[in-house]
Amino acid sequence: MKKISIISVFIVLLSAVSCKKDSDFLNVPPKTIIPSDVAFSDPALVVSILGDLYNRQLDFSGLDNGWASFVDFSEAFPSENGSAFFVQRNSWSFGEWNTWDYTYIRDLNLFIQRATAATKLTEDDKNQFIAEGRFLRANYYFEMVKRMGGVPLITEPLDYDFSGNVTILQKPRAKESEVYDFIISEAEAIKGLISLNATDKSRATRGSILAMEARAALYAGSIAKYGATTPQVSLPGDEVGIPASLAQGYYTKALAAAQAIISGSAGSYSLYKQLPDLSDNYANLFLDKNSSESIFVEDFKANGGKTHGFTTNNQPFSISDEGLDAGRLNPSLNLVEAFEKTDNTYAPIATKDASGNPIYYTNQLDIFADRDARLAGTVLLPNGLFKGKRTEVFAGYQLGNGTVITSGDATQTQEVPGLGRIQVVGKDGPVNGGEFRTQTGFYIRKYLDPTIGSGRRGRGSDVNFIRYRYAEVLLNAAEAAFELGQPAVAAGYMNQVRARAGLTTPLTAAEITFDRIVHERRVELVFEGHTLFDMKRWRLAHVVWDGNQMSVAELVSNIGKANKRNTQPFGLWPYHYYNPGNPNNNKWIFKEVKPSLVTGANNFQFGNYYSQIGDDILSANPKLVKQPNQ
Amino acid sequence: MKIKHYILLTFIVAAFGCKKDNYSAPTITLNGRLTYQGEAVNVEDNKVPFQLYQPGFGKTAPISGTFAQDGSYSTLLFAGNYKFTIQANQGPFRWKEVSAGKRDTVAINLTGNQTVDVEVQPFYMVRNAQLTYAGGNVNAVFNIEKVITDANARDIERVSLYINKTQYVSVADNTGATDLAGSSITSLNNIAMNVAVDASKLSPGQNYVFARVGIKIAGVEDMIFSPLVKLSL
Repeated sequence: MKKISIISVFIVLLSAVSCKKDSDFLNVPPKTIIPSDVAFSDPALVVSILGDLYNRQLDFSGLDNGWASFVDFSEAFPSENGSAFFVQRNSWSFGEWNTWDYTYIRDLNLFIQRATAATKLTEDDKNQFIAEGRFLRANYYFEMVKRMGGVPLITEPLDYDFSGNVTILQKPRAKESEVYDFIISEAEAIKGLISLNATDKSRATRGSILAMEARAALYAGSIAKYGATTPQVSLPGDEVGIPASLAQGYYTKALAAAQAIISGSAGSYSLYKQLPDLSDNYANLFLDKNSSESIFVEDFKANGGKTHGFTTNNQPFSISDEGLDAGRLNPSLNLVEAFEKTDNTYAPIATKDASGNPIYYTNQLDIFADRDARLAGTVLLPNGLFKGKRTEVFAGYQLGNGTVITSGDATQTQEVPGLGRIQVVGKDGPVNGGEFRTQTGFYIRKYLDPTIGSGRRGRGSDVNFIRYRYAEVLLNAAEAAFELGQPAVAAGYMNQVRARAGLTTPLTAAEITFDRIVHERRVELVFEGHTLFDMKRWRLAHVVWDGNQMSVAELVSNIGKANKRNTQPFGLWPYHYYNPGNPNNNKWIFKEVKPSLVTGANNFQFGNYYSQIGDDILSANPKLVKQPNQ
Repeated sequence: MKIKHYILLTFIVAAFGCKKDNYSAPTITLNGRLTYQGEAVNVEDNKVPFQLYQPGFGKTAPISGTFAQDGSYSTLLFAGNYKFTIQANQGPFRWKEVSAGKRDTVAINLTGNQTVDVEVQPFYMVRNAQLTYAGGNVNAVFNIEKVITDANARDIERVSLYINKTQYVSVADNTGATDLAGSSITSLNNIAMNVAVDASKLSPGQNYVFARVGIKIAGVEDMIFSPLVKLSL
């Protein structure tokens, strides 16, 4: 009985549900795909699509690209033995730094097309979304042109018609200047469409659009001007290289765009001045999410799914939250030497007096006294303070007779005459090959997060990565003004940035030189992803990274010169001076050291100026011309 | 019962799975060296590239390689027709161009092991280099011949004498170097240079160094060198 009833119920159910019309049966809307007309009917849905497009932006250095994206070019030393290749290679491959993400371009083009076609959005929302899409597209084309030169400019989604003929999809490379023109004209076109205000820093605003425009125009101007010094780095069709006659025009546009931000027309941005200690203030501008200086950032959120391991990877070894995970990014002495004295003069970090005898310092930090405040804000110096603790950096004991007593690790004690068996190197290094501790004597301070738990792998850090900030806008304006023959204007902008760093004696118009411009960008913007592109656009890359090895004598001379060689990172190692009875007993001496892992020398070839286009791409599209010198 | 299934499955896999599914590796050697009038052109190791194209296979991508210090190259290939070329602005020499920007190629029909020397026109040659060791110094006396003297001629940026503890001697690999600016060279004959041997940079007990002289040509990336010499200390 029971069985029969179950079977009959089953049959009833079957007949009730199964006999739909066949066409209806197959016509079920998929639940995992949202059709574009639905997606573009609700601002919240559009924002979620935009979120993906924002996340796919490409940065050269980025806090979520890993610590190693900051380490190259002799500005830092990699204290992780698996990454020693950075300082052991003698060349970069031609393919280095390349990008060719036309999938992203297509998604952006589709987004712009669909947002334009949307009918259920308000006009304001529509304009905002379209402008954001166009901003991201222009920004990615900027990233491409920096690395690859002129690339095919695709501004509509391309579709294949299944005819077997793909030639209509094969687009030739645009001129390098045309790509820059596109970025500038897009910025001009969309800056009025944006309704977000300056406090929204992780989305496109008037400020970020103008900042991108200023930087792009400046790059184009300098490639036009300085490209003349390297005629080899060009192609007959101008896919690479910009005619020198266009330089003036680009510099003018760069200055105008930068001045639009400086005048406040894009919202109120200003240099970050919140803390009395200028070094702490400079370091904090990268930590403070409400910083008035940041214009466009990649935002992170702890305990919210988007964090990065920068602090975990680079925290001082003895203050690490995560045992052996620490200390990878070690700023080089080359960089430290570049920071000026507060009287605007360049001087090497003084380790020896005029007659060649070591100088003795009571406190380790004394050797760095009277320097540009950005030094201690960028670099965590020996005995520097982080999370309320001081780093312990010393390489050994030096006795009165010149003997140096050292060991391979802080836990390996050694016999020091008169002191017994004691620890002879700092817990935080430096020891050659001692990974995760500094091997140059310095740790990074920029972006290093002092929040409790920020160094743990599980929690991570949520410090922002600033893509565009006001100080760079000022320096862009200064450079453009200088190149346009307005040194007084340039000095005015540059002095604002310098005064914030404690360099209160203003530079006069006559003191603004090309070397000054190059130097100021280096010390203000180091580890922010500018080094390579700045050196490329000034055509200095093959000069400063010329493959020659460096000596200490070379390291400490010609500081502040734009063409100073910078092929190998050096360190500054402190030693305890132990000589009872001597007035200098227990003081510190310092030595310039080339870490023993540094065996290569940076060699930037002409073929590195524009990254290689992959052979697969070249053979898929015969209209593409190859890069020069490759 | 179950075990039988597994055995059967193993047999099937063994019978059909391991067909020979690969081409054998290329076996034909193509080698040669850079020459100028039959003399070797010495360059920096692993810096001067060349490319081999094998047309006729749909997509075109080069087989790339680099020259060794003594200007030699060697590569393993399949039999076939190849085109050999050196990219623009590479090497301390000029390479024929068919038209502006179009590089000439050397056609190579490869059927068996083959040696193809590549004749190039260097900007300069180091001639008659005499490298000797005496009293802690490596001394070099040499002449420079300016090969290209027409409109394409280029100046000497600097001349360098390099020594190293290994046989790789160049701007990147050296334990000692002396530079002589091109502007201070008055005569291209009997140029004398010397460089001190720093014993602390050699391996313990090492009683020899390698040395050679290189010319950096203005506006040209790669240097041209004299033949490598091993000197006993």
